[in-house]
Amino acid sequence: MAHHTEISHHAPEEEHPTTTGINNRKLLMWVFLSSDCLFFGSLIATYMVYRGQSLVGPYPVDIIDVPITTISTFVLLCSSFAMVRALAATNEDRQGAIIFWLLMTAFLGAIFIGFQVYEFNLFKTEGLRIDTNLFGTTFFTLTGFHGAHVTLGIVWLLGLAWVAKKGRVGPKTALDVELAGLYWHFVDIVWIVIFTLLYLIGGFDTGPAGDPSLVPHSITGFLGLI
Amino acid sequence: MATLTDVIDRPSGESGLWSWITTVDHKRIGVLYGVTAFIFLLLGGIEAGIIRLQLSVPDSTLVSADTFNQMFTMHGTTMIFLVIMPLSASFFNFVIPLAIGARDVAFPRLNAFSYWVFLFGGLLLNASFLTNQAPDAGWFSYANLTEKPFSANQGLDYWALGLQVLGVSSLAAAFNFIVTIVNMRAPGMSLMRMPLFVWMTLVTSILLVLAFPVITVGLIELTFDRNFGTNFFVPEGGGDPILWQHLFWVFGHPEVYILILPAMGIVSEVLPTFSRKPLFGYPVVVFSGVVIGIMGWAVWSHHMFTVGLGPVAVTVFMITTMLIAVPTGVKIFNWIGTLWGGQIDLKTAMLFALGFVALFIVGGLSGVSHAVAPSDNQQQDTYYIVAHIHYVLFGGALFGIFAGVYYWFPKLTGKLFHEGLGKLHFWLYFIGMNVTFFPMHYLGLNGMPRRIYTYASEFGWDGLNLLASLGYLVLFVGTLIFMVNILISLRKEPDAGHDPWDAPGLEWSIASPPPSYNFAKIPEVEGLDHYWIVKRRAAAEGRPVTEPEAYVDPSTIHMPDPSYWPLVTAIGVLVLAAGMLFDTGWDYIRFPIPFIGGIICFIGIIAWANEPPAKEHAGGDHHAEDGHGMAHHPATATAAVMERPAGAAGVTVRLLCSNCGNQLSSSFRFCPYCGGAVESPADPDHQEG
Repeated sequence: MAHHTEISHHAPEEEHPTTTGINNRKLLMWVFLSSDCLFFGSLIATYMVYRGQSLVGPYPVDIIDVPITTISTFVLLCSSFAMVRALAATNEDRQGAIIFWLLMTAFLGAIFIGFQVYEFNLFKTEGLRIDTNLFGTTFFTLTGFHGAHVTLGIVWLLGLAWVAKKGRVGPKTALDVELAGLYWHFVDIVWIVIFTLLYLIGGFDTGPAGDPSLVPHSITGFLGLI
Repeated sequence: MATLTDVIDRPSGESGLWSWITTVDHKRIGVLYGVTAFIFLLLGGIEAGIIRLQLSVPDSTLVSADTFNQMFTMHGTTMIFLVIMPLSASFFNFVIPLAIGARDVAFPRLNAFSYWVFLFGGLLLNASFLTNQAPDAGWFSYANLTEKPFSANQGLDYWALGLQVLGVSSLAAAFNFIVTIVNMRAPGMSLMRMPLFVWMTLVTSILLVLAFPVITVGLIELTFDRNFGTNFFVPEGGGDPILWQHLFWVFGHPEVYILILPAMGIVSEVLPTFSRKPLFGYPVVVFSGVVIGIMGWAVWSHHMFTVGLGPVAVTVFMITTMLIAVPTGVKIFNWIGTLWGGQIDLKTAMLFALGFVALFIVGGLSGVSHAVAPSDNQQQDTYYIVAHIHYVLFGGALFGIFAGVYYWFPKLTGKLFHEGLGKLHFWLYFIGMNVTFFPMHYLGLNGMPRRIYTYASEFGWDGLNLLASLGYLVLFVGTLIFMVNILISLRKEPDAGHDPWDAPGLEWSIASPPPSYNFAKIPEVEGLDHYWIVKRRAAAEGRPVTEPEAYVDPSTIHMPDPSYWPLVTAIGVLVLAAGMLFDTGWDYIRFPIPFIGGIICFIGIIAWANEPPAKEHAGGDHHAEDGHGMAHHPATATAAVMERPAGAAGVTVRLLCSNCGNQLSSSFRFCPYCGGAVESPADPDHQEG
């Protein structure tokens, strides 16, 4: 190794004790994830507030394809399994398995992104763009930012795999893999929420029907009702 | 990237411009934050001056309505995001590691990154002046005034992108300080032994971490509306402008506490020091601060009483708003209780802290008056609100910050401020602030709306407006006096000693200015007000403490090495955000420049992760700084980090004050009734549970 890397010296015997006994970087990751919860929470809240408020089509029922996205969701869930295997392999210092499972996680994530690209293009040809209606606006913003998180995770995993290929990932540096795993599982969990709300529940929404005055038209109306 | 970090040596050197640009020392970063924010304070002050000059006489034509809109927008945005928040961050940086007995923050390079991103965010926001497109929709930029048809130039894009960049800075800093406070405390410093300022920093950081993502989403939606034709806040497309108000104030109300809690923390340090008594009811003050932090999330709609939320929502938010006044009031009583019976020493820092308490009470009372929704209906959007916000943010936050400046300046520089000029500064500020803002209560109740650029004489607002503008002049002179005082004091020989105030905090036990490593030996904290305990015991034993901790050779202590990469990564963030201002109109890549910024960020982060240590330690000891408390404890202190006195947890020892006979809890090391020191029996400890 020509140079000294940060990754190479996260050995437990070099760990400095902290007040709580929790590693600083791990704590940082948890705090970051708590912040990201609010980020997705706000985007999801925006989607929920505007659910069923689109003035023109296409509406979710016209274009959402639950079976296709169920497949991509399954693939993403499998990637979390691969991530768990990668961490296990790291702790057991099985070098080949570390690289295999890291690449497998990234690969499954990439398939998920591939599905998303396909879905976005399909929606575009079916007439739903980000500026078409509120459904398009909120749908593309929310799923787009989730896709960006997954993409960032893939880059991270590939970086780890590259480091692992040089033989620098092992039990002593398991925290590096664990942190990537925390991030990856978090993004996965967020997708489960999005899939439930946007596809399983909201995927059958039609346009505004019946008497519009019965529908709480906005968040103001919603707060007024409670 | 490996090649890159092979070729470029880690920067070293302790002086010169590059040492500041590459510094990761929390004390230097604190200075950078403080100086930058003070320059922004002058800028925001000039904007305020233009506002006051324009309003001093009726039918004034000094500036156009458009310029006036830009002035009040940039004044508000600057003072909140570029002055009070970074001034607080300056204290977090300088004080927190010293106050918890650490050698630096948990992630020194991330800390440098926070500063550079803050600087670039501030410059991006103010760059709008250069293109004559300063944002002009008020500091809370209500939709749908902010939409393209109503704000056609790029002012609001500068505003949204500038705040996004500042958000990155605040979030990175908040992550860092949460980890630092939770994980880097010296042995013995349990949660309930942390100084109040540390506590308030922790609460503020948690608020930042949770509140900023909400405004981030709001700003993303605004940017998308303006640039990608989305309909988030566009009624024609079914969107609801009120959603912006909710997103803004769900962030904006915790933000209010982000601004005020650090000042409350500072005041809670200054008042006990200059009253020569421990803080009255320390646990209650801590608890109140935490309750404020939690309840701050349940009051946001009181900014929206006149929007038409319906009676139920208004009533709920009215009640929660009145409830949050309770912990705030509790703190005020605790501060007064701290003063009660103390030996009060009216140094400048103490004057500012007392000014804080007095003016914050005024601001708090007007706050209660608009917690009542029917009364708020009269006050909404009038100068009464302007008076309120300036009593809590100028009289409150800024007075607290100046108390901190006068309190910690000797620690930072080793030199004392000129007390006479300091007191002159205080009185000019105190009088000027009341002359400027108190008349605004009357103006508001007489119906003067905020944000109007001029008014007719018939309304009867001339006299009080002129008075308010004269008050501004007093504040202006006060600021000049402060700058003169700094310049004079910096030229002096060091005269402060290590502990000029006989203060209780850990930071006063080391030399002034602190050595680069802060503590040669990590202290074992004996209780709340640790240094008082040490000094009183030493005095009782007839060998009073007169010297700070002795210097050691800095090369024997591993400290984080300076680094270029935080700056490079921050430049990437700037290019990424500023690039959004250049719309090429091309079909597939409308915004190419942000990609360049992304690549710079990527290079910066990879190089950051792979950075070698500086040449001088490269051979032997390897210390990655970020991530594990860098060179945290020398071997002697390390072993003791997690040790607790055997069998001590949970023991409560009742004590009587030998001086006045009142009963004390074991946690008191000084009698809260008479101020006398209490001789403690064998270390009755109490740990966090």
